[in-house]
Amino acid sequence: MPLKILVAAKRVEDPESKIKVKPDGSGIVTDGVNYKLNPFDEIAVEEGLRLKEKHGGEVVVASIGGDKSVTEIRAALAMGADRAILVKHDGPLDPVVVSAIFQKLFEQETPDLVLLGKQSIDDDQNQVGQYLAERLGLPQATFASKTESLESEAEQKKQPGLALAADGKTLEVVREVDGGVETLALRLPAVVTTDLRLNKPRFASLPGIMKAKKKEVKELAAASLGVDLAPKVVVKKLAEPPKRQGGVKVADVAELYEKLHAEAKVL
Amino acid sequence: MSNVLIVAEQAQGALKKATFHALGAGREVARRTGGKLVAAVLGAGVGGAAEELAAHGVEVRVADAPGLEHYLAESYAPVVAQLAKDVGATYVGAGATAFGKDLLPRVAARLEAAMATEVLGFAGDGGAVTFRRPMWAGNVLAEVELATPVKVFTVRTTEFQPAPREGQGSVVPVAASVDPAALRTRFVSFKEVKSERPELTDARIVVSGGRGTKGDFKEVEALADELGAAVGASRAAVDAGWVPNDWQVGQTGKVVAPELYVAAGISGAIQHLAGMKGSKVIVAVNKDPEAPIFALADYGLVADLFKALPELRAKIKAGK
Repeated sequence: MPLKILVAAKRVEDPESKIKVKPDGSGIVTDGVNYKLNPFDEIAVEEGLRLKEKHGGEVVVASIGGDKSVTEIRAALAMGADRAILVKHDGPLDPVVVSAIFQKLFEQETPDLVLLGKQSIDDDQNQVGQYLAERLGLPQATFASKTESLESEAEQKKQPGLALAADGKTLEVVREVDGGVETLALRLPAVVTTDLRLNKPRFASLPGIMKAKKKEVKELAAASLGVDLAPKVVVKKLAEPPKRQGGVKVADVAELYEKLHAEAKVL
Repeated sequence: MSNVLIVAEQAQGALKKATFHALGAGREVARRTGGKLVAAVLGAGVGGAAEELAAHGVEVRVADAPGLEHYLAESYAPVVAQLAKDVGATYVGAGATAFGKDLLPRVAARLEAAMATEVLGFAGDGGAVTFRRPMWAGNVLAEVELATPVKVFTVRTTEFQPAPREGQGSVVPVAASVDPAALRTRFVSFKEVKSERPELTDARIVVSGGRGTKGDFKEVEALADELGAAVGASRAAVDAGWVPNDWQVGQTGKVVAPELYVAAGISGAIQHLAGMKGSKVIVAVNKDPEAPIFALADYGLVADLFKALPELRAKIKAGK
């Protein structure tokens, strides 16, 4: 049963970059910061590709942002996605707006499955997939994972973690929840958000990168979609968290015990 | 009326501790807005849980129905959204647990509300309460305003004291029938990670292991057991398949703030620090004197954890 899969891809600050707040608290310092595809979205792209490799179908990547987002879109296309949509929008976005835009994309593309990262590592909100599922009246499974470790044989075989049932209309998803793992069955179409351990994304090959340059990237103006683009989550001010004072190095275990016992009084 | 609705989390009729911390946060919002605090409990056979919550001096709306036995975002969200409307709630909150993070954005979408995740604190009053929350893995603190009539939030439970038992509230049953045949989501199974140890997010002491354990968590676990502590792990240890996912401390795992956090063989990547830097006392044991964790640790010991941990365990045993 071929699957048409829509995957979200957001351009974010590279987690290895040092994030600094502007002195006036109006934003972060972007000089010297690198950008990349949100790591959770990278996992979503990988999962989409594995599902396509197993069941056939199409993987469509969608991003919302300025012209520079094309770089991250090309990265997803180089991994193997078939085509992409860039919804052009400059300025702040929030999960309310992003999910409204994805609702429009869903209506245009009518995919069987929408895959998104569980959160973007810039605003750390963890909301868009859930908003989208509710807007569309679709079932959701957040924090999709799988039970085997990443080094298992199944991983090496590049099997998808999401299991399509024999009827081709139901998807079984293992979720990471507090205290264990839960399995849900979703009737397609559905919305799934990916956790870290769902898969290990592939590296783009050189031929993949070359091919990606020829793949279609459809550009849409966000304003043309009939969505209210004013953010409802308004960031008033940013600040750096209070610095923790580094403490002392102790010489040996005896001194460590003494400090914990007599000074910190935690033992 | 700017009332506040807090959604309780329960399993098999037993309330999760996160609920009481969320209730504590809800009480603060209600004080700022001048509204009333109401709690919602959903499930099957949750009468006892509702009574226990009411003993914390709040009105409890309880939707007790066989169709609500297993939590599903699809079936719970409409019930919670309706409840929020019924009680005139302009603030709807829960703990920032897997349950709260899964459910509340769906409730928010239904209420056409904006939402703040993992809130650390509040400011302002009346209808203009703002939310302090972490961004970029806790490297930035943001003050955000939600520009919608109804505002939804989840709170980082380690930042709020649990609500004390004070006064007797009331329990109000709510009719909620769920037709499982109409749902597009089906609960299949739950596999619990069983442990005799305290829960990670709730423990007074946490002993964590990382890449430096090379997969051997025996000494980490032995020290934890001597201290009655929970065991945590870095992402590297979890990704390698050495320990269960559920043990991960960090931006994408659990956030802990115990009295004592012992990091053994953990270098201290930003991702990990985001999950434990609120701990009262941090101890780092690492062979590498340059490990970033030492910049944060109150007490750092440059040593092989396989030598230092058993020695520390012996000292603790002797000191008892």
